[in-house]
Amino acid sequence: MGTFAYFPHTEEDIRAMLDRIGVASLDGLYSDVPDDFLYKRDYDLPSAMSEQQVRDFFESLGQKNTRLKVLVGQGAYDHYVPAVIPYITSRSEFLTSYTPYQSEISQGTLRYIFEWQSMICRLTGMDVSNASMYDGPTAAAEALRMMVACGRRRNKVIVSSFLLPCVLKVVRTYMKYAGIELVVTDDVLSELGPDVAGVLVPQICKYGYVQDLTGFADKIHHCGALFAVYCDPSTLAVLESPAELGADIAVGDGQSLGIPLNYGGPYVGFLSCREALMRKLPGRIVGQTLDADGRRCFVLTLQAREQHIRREKATSNICSNESLMALWCTVYLSLMGPEGLRRVNELSSEGAHYLHDALLATGKFEDTHPGKVFINEFTLRPLRDAAALQQAFLDGGFFAGLQVDSGELAFCVTEKYGKDDLDALVKIVEDLA
Amino acid sequence: MSKIIEGLLYSESHEWVKTDGNVAVIGVTDFAQAEMGDITYVDLPQEGDEFSKDEDFGALESVKASSELYTPVSGKVIAVNEELSDAPELINQDPYANWIIKVEMSDKGELDALMNAQAYADSIK
Amino acid sequence: MKYYDKLIFELSRPGRSGYSLPASFAPGKGISLPENLRRKSSLDLPQVSEVDVVRHYTNLSQMNFGVDTGFYPLGSCTMKYNPKINEEIASHPLFSGLHPLQPEETVRGAREVIDGLDKALAAITGFRHFTFLPCAGAHGELTGLMIMREYHMARGDSARTKVIVPDSAHGTNPASAHVCGLEIVEVKSRPDGLVDVEDLKPLLGPDIAGIMMTNPNTLGLFEKDIKEIASLVHGCGGLLYYDGANMNPLLGKVRPGDMGFDILHLNLHKTFSTPHGGGGPGSGPVGVAESVLPYLHIPVTSGFHGNFAVMMRAYAYILMLGKENIRMAGPLAVLGANYIKESLKDVYKLPIGSVCKHEFVFDGLLNDGARDDVPGATTLDVAKRLLDYGFHAPTIYFPLLFHQALMIEPTETESKETLDAFIAVMRTIASEAAEDPQLLRSAPHNTPIRRPDETTAARNPIVKA
Repeated sequence: MGTFAYFPHTEEDIRAMLDRIGVASLDGLYSDVPDDFLYKRDYDLPSAMSEQQVRDFFESLGQKNTRLKVLVGQGAYDHYVPAVIPYITSRSEFLTSYTPYQSEISQGTLRYIFEWQSMICRLTGMDVSNASMYDGPTAAAEALRMMVACGRRRNKVIVSSFLLPCVLKVVRTYMKYAGIELVVTDDVLSELGPDVAGVLVPQICKYGYVQDLTGFADKIHHCGALFAVYCDPSTLAVLESPAELGADIAVGDGQSLGIPLNYGGPYVGFLSCREALMRKLPGRIVGQTLDADGRRCFVLTLQAREQHIRREKATSNICSNESLMALWCTVYLSLMGPEGLRRVNELSSEGAHYLHDALLATGKFEDTHPGKVFINEFTLRPLRDAAALQQAFLDGGFFAGLQVDSGELAFCVTEKYGKDDLDALVKIVEDLA
Repeated sequence: MSKIIEGLLYSESHEWVKTDGNVAVIGVTDFAQAEMGDITYVDLPQEGDEFSKDEDFGALESVKASSELYTPVSGKVIAVNEELSDAPELINQDPYANWIIKVEMSDKGELDALMNAQAYADSIK
Repeated sequence: MKYYDKLIFELSRPGRSGYSLPASFAPGKGISLPENLRRKSSLDLPQVSEVDVVRHYTNLSQMNFGVDTGFYPLGSCTMKYNPKINEEIASHPLFSGLHPLQPEETVRGAREVIDGLDKALAAITGFRHFTFLPCAGAHGELTGLMIMREYHMARGDSARTKVIVPDSAHGTNPASAHVCGLEIVEVKSRPDGLVDVEDLKPLLGPDIAGIMMTNPNTLGLFEKDIKEIASLVHGCGGLLYYDGANMNPLLGKVRPGDMGFDILHLNLHKTFSTPHGGGGPGSGPVGVAESVLPYLHIPVTSGFHGNFAVMMRAYAYILMLGKENIRMAGPLAVLGANYIKESLKDVYKLPIGSVCKHEFVFDGLLNDGARDDVPGATTLDVAKRLLDYGFHAPTIYFPLLFHQALMIEPTETESKETLDAFIAVMRTIASEAAEDPQLLRSAPHNTPIRRPDETTAARNPIVKA
């Protein structure tokens, strides 16, 4: 013993502790386990590595990945991550704490979650937000469950087929097992009826175009259903807020607010709604109150909605959230402010439109969505072999032109990429025979 | 010792019923409110909702607990005590004065299965 | 820890900013939105400098208690030390810059991490393969139950709509089953805290999809009848689901796959040392036995590949443990739990005295100090008083089997000195309770805030600034 850095026990310690317990050996602590369950063979694992070996091992694995300039979105956006964020989020008081059950020693976590909730409400225009969800897709699925829970015996939801594939897959999975009737369609309004609990549509479609949702809220509410909008929170600095669209629920993924790509996770979902639906909102919620000395403080509140109290009667089984990732976004939004976030959109939009126009000018693409409005993501139909183009992009150090279900190629430009990058990409297209 | 009022009918799930013709006025007992502690929210149904006997029609919430409310009789909700939305503590203050819903009964015979004050008092001893 | 009262919004001054962005290069191509798509309302985000942001969040952090601050004996949460090398690895730019939809040949290193972790977890648990899509334990339960339903549906066994859950189960078990469209049937515990096999037998039948169990259970007791339970449940055509929240004591000692379980989830943020982050992100991979393997990847429960950066940390931890150190992980966790239990059972009520695994449950104080006119100290009061002495509180009022439950889990990363200090404080608190319960009832006294008014918070929710 004493050779492994995370186990502090000396031989003497173990002896003294066993004596107190009155057991002769560590094996004696497992006397209640039937002998044939005790695993006596060697584990099929490598021998313990030193810290340096572990570091070298991952370095060598990292070298097997290709570092690319990422010009694809589709639910994960390569926005710039300010240096302050990882500096703050790696503070161990945040990083190594649990869910803030003991509010007296968790005011740090509780306050930033309250700030996150407030910022999500300000972006979406909603009245209340929870402390976060696993990711955007699961938040969307939970929003549908929530609408059915509010729907008093209505058990059908309508979902737009223009949602991102990563969202739609998860929504289909959740609805299948929950026994909720799911209709996925291009035209959600045509499916409305008295059995519909809710409708979910994206503000930005899977091809990157901003949808005109004027009139949706009225028609959906008219049939007694609820209206949920899936949005990219970063773009809400410039786009109509879900509240302005008349939505009852706003959901999405906070990854575009300063979270690295991380090969898909962790990200953070948000789920916000109007006040009337607050009691059906799943997940943790932080509220403000006073302590015994009358000082402002924050606590987990409305807990009677949750699984640890309601058990099978809870709206959701969610227990944790993505607290630390919510902190990433909260710090990001604090740094950016309203003007910074608007600038991020402005720069991304400039880059995306510059690339869009330059790619069309090569004569090797066709614009199948002329006149459509986009911020940072668009799709074009390649007039040449798509696979050859994609390979040429990879060879040139770009991940760009992801093929979507229409056969078109999707591109996304964030403020991280400037004229030189985009010109280089266009040159690849021009140079291709 | 929790308060029990003579003349009301009681369910095993701690609701009381006062009948007024074909209408059942429903609330929770003193025993129930005491078990819950400070009530923070009453989840109420809407007027016009229909429930069958023993179906849950709402819930009481406290900081650390939640308790379903069950209709002791089948019927249609004809009135909801909206005051409880803003002041759930009324149930703590006087659970008998602060009824929760009024139900137009579809089968008055269901009342026979409920307990009288004495039987209810015995059941919570 | 000192009280700090600001919210970031209160530091805001119009015109101040904390961002740094490049200059525009194609000014003509900026946003030009038609009126109907444009945001009309103002966006009231904070306007603060970078220094403001750093100081504000540093101040907030100083009102927080983490594993790096001190001992965190939170039962069922396995608050072990989070190694720092894991953090360095997880933020490596050759991994953190990968887009989830990048082609296979550009992410070979990342795939090797996932495959390597899959293989390691299979070796540790005795299961065949894992899906890493679930982002937390409850998410794993949900995914695992979906897999269970697929297994039955593939056999045309659509009548299996009920799942059995012990009364001592984590609250997430019945909630996950419900979200998965299953009905819950509760099986009782015996007085010795174990699942009552006789109570289980009549519940089994052609409508049972399976049983969810954690072993050791939430009382920290090993379910010794598991072999019989497995054979009974399998005999009726059901599957056994293993809730891996309590896997830590078995680490290096027992493989759930060998006990007859068919599906399990692990909490990488508990058993495999990844930080809890104030409530997430976690990772809840689900593993299956051979017979369930065809259904493993059918439910798609998160957007891309799961919480990859969390998986990196867990893999690094397993490589540090290696096949040698892993053998001590479970036993040392169990040693610590039993040591605390034996050192305090003369002052706290121990309802079940047998040898425990990674955690155990006291049912409140033996002498709560109650007198005719003075109410005694409760478990909540003990928990709050612990905060005054610089320890995190145990899990309280869970499991539901006892009224004053106080659930303690020390983990293998705590030294005997730390445990002794905790034991001494718990004894001091017991004496304080006997002499002056009011001292506990008004605790904590030395924390950034005192007890909050939770009733008002729930009655009149203020949930945003």
